[in-house]
Amino acid sequence: MSEALHAEWTKLRTLSGTRWLLVAIAVLTAAVSTAAVAATHCPASMSCPVDTTKLSLTGVEFGQAIVAILAVLAISSEYSCGMIRTTLSAVPRRPVVLAAKAAVITALVLTAALAAVAGSVLAGRLILPGHGFTSARGFAALSLADGPTLRAAAGSVLYLALIGVLSLGVAMILRDSAVAIGTVLGILYLFPIIIGLIGNQLWEHRLQRWTPVSAGLAIQATKNVRSLPISPWSGLGVLAIWAGAALLAGGMAFRLRDA
Amino acid sequence: MSAGTLSAPVAPSNPSTGRRDGFGQLLRAEWTKFRTVRGWVIGMIVAALLTVLMGLFAAANVNIGCDINGQQNSGRGCLPYVPIGPGGEAVEDSFYFIHQPLAGNGTITAQIVSLTGEHAVLTGPQQASNNGPDMTAGLMPWSKAGVMIKENTKRGSAYAAMLITGSHGVRMQYNYTEDVAGLPGAVTAGSPRWLRLTRSGDTITGYDSADGSHWTKVDSVHLAGLSSTVQIGLFATSPSYVQTSTSFGGSSNNGGPSQATGTFDHVSVSGSAPGNNWTGEAVGGGGPVTGPGSQGGAPTGPLTRPFHPSNGRYTVTGSGDIAPIVGDAQGPPTATVEQSLTGAFIGLIAVVVVAAMFFTAEYRRGLIRTTLAATPRRGAVLAAKAIVAGLVAFVAGLVACTVALAVGVPMERGKGEFILPVSALTEVRVVVGTAALLAVAADFAVAIGAVMRRSAVAVTTVIVAIVLPFLLTVLNVFPSGVANWVMRLTPAAGFAIQQSIPHYSQVLTASDVARGSYPLPPYAGFAVLCCYAAAALSLAFFLLRRRDA
Repeated sequence: MSEALHAEWTKLRTLSGTRWLLVAIAVLTAAVSTAAVAATHCPASMSCPVDTTKLSLTGVEFGQAIVAILAVLAISSEYSCGMIRTTLSAVPRRPVVLAAKAAVITALVLTAALAAVAGSVLAGRLILPGHGFTSARGFAALSLADGPTLRAAAGSVLYLALIGVLSLGVAMILRDSAVAIGTVLGILYLFPIIIGLIGNQLWEHRLQRWTPVSAGLAIQATKNVRSLPISPWSGLGVLAIWAGAALLAGGMAFRLRDA
Repeated sequence: MSAGTLSAPVAPSNPSTGRRDGFGQLLRAEWTKFRTVRGWVIGMIVAALLTVLMGLFAAANVNIGCDINGQQNSGRGCLPYVPIGPGGEAVEDSFYFIHQPLAGNGTITAQIVSLTGEHAVLTGPQQASNNGPDMTAGLMPWSKAGVMIKENTKRGSAYAAMLITGSHGVRMQYNYTEDVAGLPGAVTAGSPRWLRLTRSGDTITGYDSADGSHWTKVDSVHLAGLSSTVQIGLFATSPSYVQTSTSFGGSSNNGGPSQATGTFDHVSVSGSAPGNNWTGEAVGGGGPVTGPGSQGGAPTGPLTRPFHPSNGRYTVTGSGDIAPIVGDAQGPPTATVEQSLTGAFIGLIAVVVVAAMFFTAEYRRGLIRTTLAATPRRGAVLAAKAIVAGLVAFVAGLVACTVALAVGVPMERGKGEFILPVSALTEVRVVVGTAALLAVAADFAVAIGAVMRRSAVAVTTVIVAIVLPFLLTVLNVFPSGVANWVMRLTPAAGFAIQQSIPHYSQVLTASDVARGSYPLPPYAGFAVLCCYAAAALSLAFFLLRRRDA
């Protein structure tokens, strides 16, 4: 297993694209978060029902797309250039290959996500008090010492890692990079749009509870947690089920099909 | 575009004509490449099917119930009565009207000396007591009072009015959708306003004046088919007070009724004193919300006289609005035709994937070298690919959207959803526009595919550029000012082509993307997306010529 891990690590490490994608996850996520925070003001005359923690983590909506590219390419590039046959000659036990890939991708995404989330929270902490979200008005400066904020931040890191696993599973099933990334982005972005447009409360509630992004991002809420369609950790659990199911299905497809 | 027409055997062109690598041949080559990759064809068909199914799913899950006279009803029985204006649009028509019949031509003149208003207090959940909601002083920007000539007192009938508004000065409004500005500034005791309407045949002319002797014509309108006897008089109304609080993940509308009171002096009809044959009537339940004649929270039914003539002065109090319904939080629950096209997002993602692969696949297998050996004019190759991908996306989108609309809208109506009526031309624009949106997105993806060469990166770039701004706006991540700029400047602006109910400046609405209201007009929004596609195609053209394949 450790050799398989080492092999996967070498393959990813020596691709220049990997490094750029990791940097992009960290920088662009923090940049989108900063833009969202910088765009939000709370005028003195108004009450602002803003969840500042969640607002500061907006970039995760964008960062997940880059995580998906990273995970999908780790699989599909092996198929597109035939590298997968070399990989499987070296390590014939396919579950080991998949496990090693998942482990390396997860570790890389966790690292990049940590930087992304730290940058996002820092942006919120520095910018929000200047935009009317002062502690005098009930908005304490964002701090990881605050329980719900820590949960939201740590949960967002885990969220991105789970999106990586989900993408890996989907890529394993579909193999082609364009189809896989299209499917993953469809799963990530279509459900929230449908929830926003459907106008049917029953289905809205169902989709909020059982689709990966809406449920998973419940982990970012720090206000009105009781009135959420799904509680934060259960929501992340729903995403974990999606990711696990995708990985399992990907593993089955990997085992049963010729490379 | 059927396979038959384009793939029919064509005799090889004669080399002596010099048209061997004509653009037609190139198009045919690209079309052959497209249709012979089974996955792409299946992908487009599946995308079209999912687009339709999504629309039908939304329609099938419309569930409307209502309670009419203690009886539980659902479906068609719950369709609200919505008046239809002379232009065919759904309108709100409720106000307090004191009127008398006018036979033939005539004039009404009045001096308006004050306009005041109250609106419901919004502190926490609405506290409606028996005396109606708690009210506090405050005029809405589009509270209005003035003089009116109206076909009859049925809701939705033709009218023209000269009126003073809460904060938009004197206006001449007619037939619900039209609004012409007159004298600016609010009415105060120190600066009253004089308003006059003159009927001559089908033509009604509005005048305003600051002193009652120097009159300025505001506008002259033709109300087709006006009866010989019309109702003429004074009115007041005031739209609901809505406070939208937007927070991450959703916006909530908190609102309540408001009312406006106009005080008129020197009222004359056709140059003489109006006499006492006035009738006071709450058209569409537009009486006052509180005070004498009010009906608590729901001002309907017969009223005592909520207008007070004294010393030739008239005080008129009313609530409601005289305006087109735009499907926002106010008014009855309604839906728009484009809501059955939600599935176009699924189609969009599939189209982008296929179109990006249409170019990147050439690089993956090295086919690009064969392609460029056969057609050294690289710009022509790019153009041919863009045309084929765009046409395929357009046709698939057109079929899918037509079916989704043709089946979904009647289905929703049957379930008791009131669909805001629009002209056939608008429906065509929504459907063809959505198909065109898919076509332009396909060209955008072809171009980005040529620039990036890697399909995963190209697909993500295009999808994120088009879909993510829309999603973040729907999720209310940004405050509305920023959200409006996002929907103006990003490729997501293109979705404006789907907006069927136009924006009216005299109806106060937040442009709310989730409710189908965009900050840019339909074609301007679509042009923004086209600009992105054109820029990407130019970049692709430049790089394709400059780089080795």
